[in-house]
Amino acid sequence: MKQETARREKEPTPSLHGRAADNLEYIRDAMQRSREFTAVPGYAGALMGVTAIGAGFIAETQTEPLFWLATWMIEALLAFLIGVLAMWQKSKMSDTALNSLPARKFALGFAPPIISGVILTALILYKGSPSLLPPVWITLYGVSVVTGGSYSVRPVPLMGWLFILTGAAATVARPELGNYFMIASFGFLHIVFGLVIGRKYGG
Amino acid sequence: MKKATANKGSDGADRIRGVSAADAAERVSSALDKVIHERMRLGIVSALAANDKLSFSDLKSVLNASDGNISAHARKLEDAGYIVCEKSFSGRTPLTEYMLTDAGRDALQKYLDHMEALINAIKQP
Repeated sequence: MKQETARREKEPTPSLHGRAADNLEYIRDAMQRSREFTAVPGYAGALMGVTAIGAGFIAETQTEPLFWLATWMIEALLAFLIGVLAMWQKSKMSDTALNSLPARKFALGFAPPIISGVILTALILYKGSPSLLPPVWITLYGVSVVTGGSYSVRPVPLMGWLFILTGAAATVARPELGNYFMIASFGFLHIVFGLVIGRKYGG
Repeated sequence: MKKATANKGSDGADRIRGVSAADAAERVSSALDKVIHERMRLGIVSALAANDKLSFSDLKSVLNASDGNISAHARKLEDAGYIVCEKSFSGRTPLTEYMLTDAGRDALQKYLDHMEALINAIKQP
């Protein structure tokens, strides 16, 4: 407490103009964070889960690793489009920019593990071990959700941690079960948490 | 019922022009609405202004604050008539939700006007 008081005394007094501008910035930031906070596209997440379950069953019937990979790549693209469209719609409904500060924070937290996932995917395919892909994808997606959703509602990072746990389970499970872990995580976790977020946080 | 009121934007600007920064600071400080000038309360009112309602846990997450902090400041805002609290149950879990009142929205608008007036007044030579 004394240290805090001493620190404050040492700091130069901010100008009146600076304090007023700082207050306005704080108000804007609190409004923006609260809007983003309730604008998590939950139902879009549930829809991603439905498409992931469909993709999982299609992938399960593929005998060629290339077609199996293509199925999940198409699903990833579809999920990405659903997510972007939902964010665009939410930003329009809440009258905020798509590149608002919270959205940028989310993207900055979400992107690095996804980019790492792309690099590891290339490496794993180059080394000829595609059975390693499900645990890597599930775990890194979980890390993306935890880091990107650290400023969001509690169910978002919680979902990320469950992805990480599922990824860990997939790592030690038999490789032929990889598709089922993909369905359980990208399918069911998305649906359950998407519906919870959609119902509890308005969309 | 409001405990304090803030000056309208133009009044604020008029008061500030032609005085030293220290005098202006003193005058602005005394004219500001003390209820929402406090950081946490300003955050609560701002977050509620952007939403129809927010739960206690929503506010905690948005403002990164403790239970006690949110609870104490929300009570002061309730006492001032700036927010109202609704208690219900979500299943078996108690749910506390807050909403901004017209008086609260008006107070925030006056506070914003005051800050803008202050910035504009200081910008002028």
